[in-house]
Amino acid sequence: MCLKRKDLFCVAIIGFHRAVPMTELSAHLPQFQHGQLTENFPDNHLSNTNDNSERRRHDNSERRRNDNPESETNGQPQNRAQQVVEQDEEDEELTLKYGAKHVIMLFAPVTLCMVVVVATIKSVSFYTRKDGQLIYTPFTEDTDTVGQRALNSILNAAIMISVIIVMTILLVVLYKYRCYKVIHGWLIISSLLLLFFFSFIYLGEVFKTYNVAMDYITLALMIWNFGVVGMICIHWKGPLRLQQAYLIMISALMALVFIKYLPEWTAWLILAVISVYDLVAVLCPKGPLRMLVETAQERNETLFPALIYSSTMIWLVNMAEEDPEAQRKASKSSTYDKQAAANQIQNEDADMDDGGFNPEWEQQRNSRIGPLESTPESRAAVQALPSNSQASEDPEERGVKLGLGDFIFYSVLVGKASATASGDWNTTLACFVAILIGLCLTLLLLAIFKKALPALPISITFGLVFYFATDNLVQPFMDQLAFHQFYI
Amino acid sequence: MTAAVFIGCSFIAFGPALALCVCTIAAEPLRLLFLIAGGFFWLVSLLLSSLVWFIAVQIGGSNNASVKKNLLIFGVMVSVLLQEVFRFAYYKLLKKANKGLMTISQEETLPISVRQLSYVSGLGFGIMSGVFSLVNILTDSWGPGTVGIYGDSPQYFLSSAFMTLAIVLLHIFWGIVFFDACEKKKWWALALVILSHLLVSGVTFQNPQYEGSLVPSYIIMMLMATWAFFTAGGSLRNLKLCLMCRDKDFLLANQRPR
Repeated sequence: MCLKRKDLFCVAIIGFHRAVPMTELSAHLPQFQHGQLTENFPDNHLSNTNDNSERRRHDNSERRRNDNPESETNGQPQNRAQQVVEQDEEDEELTLKYGAKHVIMLFAPVTLCMVVVVATIKSVSFYTRKDGQLIYTPFTEDTDTVGQRALNSILNAAIMISVIIVMTILLVVLYKYRCYKVIHGWLIISSLLLLFFFSFIYLGEVFKTYNVAMDYITLALMIWNFGVVGMICIHWKGPLRLQQAYLIMISALMALVFIKYLPEWTAWLILAVISVYDLVAVLCPKGPLRMLVETAQERNETLFPALIYSSTMIWLVNMAEEDPEAQRKASKSSTYDKQAAANQIQNEDADMDDGGFNPEWEQQRNSRIGPLESTPESRAAVQALPSNSQASEDPEERGVKLGLGDFIFYSVLVGKASATASGDWNTTLACFVAILIGLCLTLLLLAIFKKALPALPISITFGLVFYFATDNLVQPFMDQLAFHQFYI
Repeated sequence: MTAAVFIGCSFIAFGPALALCVCTIAAEPLRLLFLIAGGFFWLVSLLLSSLVWFIAVQIGGSNNASVKKNLLIFGVMVSVLLQEVFRFAYYKLLKKANKGLMTISQEETLPISVRQLSYVSGLGFGIMSGVFSLVNILTDSWGPGTVGIYGDSPQYFLSSAFMTLAIVLLHIFWGIVFFDACEKKKWWALALVILSHLLVSGVTFQNPQYEGSLVPSYIIMMLMATWAFFTAGGSLRNLKLCLMCRDKDFLLANQRPR
């Protein structure tokens, strides 16, 4: 099927593309979501379903994997192309009605991630202690003069950004030359490192902070379980909430690593430059991200797996449990025979199972649309199909997606604000509100322009402006007011 | 000090606001969005007023305590005026957004009424205002210490919490009256809201004589509460029915005949 431009929601693209280079940076990052993908195939049926849910969601076609047989639905959408026009007007209304809900569905995980990061920063002193720097930021900021410090931080930021650009280009090249195995291996290794090593360090520091005595055996068991369940949830299948929780946790862990190892001025500079880069990479015709998306579009396949937070339900599970009502729509059974073969779902008592279609109904159907058989194979094929049931038409169920890179950078901003601001909680709160409003505006722009937009620039700009303004202007003012107990 | 004072003060100041949020805002994503946006607008107004104050201090430039205090008073007044300006700006924005939503969705009714918006925006302003006033004080109250060891009032935390509560509730009432006045072009009501805000802030200049500041603030709050109640369409009859559980909404929800 052809992917329309409005399918492409760069917000997610930026997210994972942000995340992917960072994998290299901190040697652990995106993991792709095999298991996740099946639930998102409704998004790809742009032609037959609400366009707006597509617009609203930061999803794009990359969500679908080619080698996942259960989400193979290429045959279907072409049939529904005609419905696009009529659906458009209804879609508009639904966008607005449900737009707020989806914004809130993104606010909740972003808030949660920030809360975890801020709570950790405030309680565990490890993450605010200077213990050296990453190799990507070799220049120290402990210099004698302000000028030297500024220069060092500019150089650090430049090196970091060039690493990110190189990584992105490498990714695009790998993707262009179809080196999927390399990408997958890279992602799995990085997620292993993140889930096991960094959570081990985190847990150790938390224990040290609260003076909890813990033996290695229990610790090993805990980390092992945490890591393995995480790998399964993220890369394969798992309950949605658990998956979301894991994604939030690893974003928080990544953000904490950045907060610890990036010196101050470098961190702010990197945040600023990365938003600019985001803007350029997504909107410029020769931007790597855009090329990536266009390549995927040409090949008619999903982009390589990435780390994306999703709040949709797991469609496949729901479909399998649905009553035969959902199967009535699949009167075009012939197209799906090949899928039925690939399908694992078997109906026992195939002869006895009429799928709930009693003879009267069958007579009616035969008179209306001609004789078609609802055989167990066709039912099984339908069950394996994505999205063609009524439930998938309901935009409420569709959910939104945001790239984890966005989570990470938002949390870095808020975490740095809480770690280093003199205004302390005022600054943290101001940055938090600013980021949420930026996200809201980005979603609004997405709904208006209906094209790929980056999620970082607006939020990070607001966050930075509010950080510096609150820290330098508002904090002395509020301090004086509190001292005299004046209220405004 | 420590946990008891921290928890006590935070619930005194934010308990009603939290309850209002949980009962009325949390279920509706649109309202939550407007709440956060309202908080953002208050924040921007605070930013601008701190900028004005900062510039004034740089210009004024002396280390004299009374000059500083006067500049602070000036800053407070400017801040109050800016807050009201931004409330008006938020009102305009909401009207435009609502109009836009209505034309696009071609529905007869707005997705959210102006009255609900006034309540939500007032709550947003109030929560942000309260949080910014109190949160640093609360974190200080968590740790050990002796309050008033240098001769200041030992009731610092408690009075701050009560004052914050008054401000939060007042913002809600101001919001309701303000939006209604803008809708019906009752400029005298608008002026009264701004005046009462200035009055409440002015009264806090009497701190730490809390009788002089807390009592008038609460009186003004009660007056504003009744005004907002009648503006929002309440009446004694409604109130009576509601308290006797005989109002329409309750009956509908419980499927009982009147």
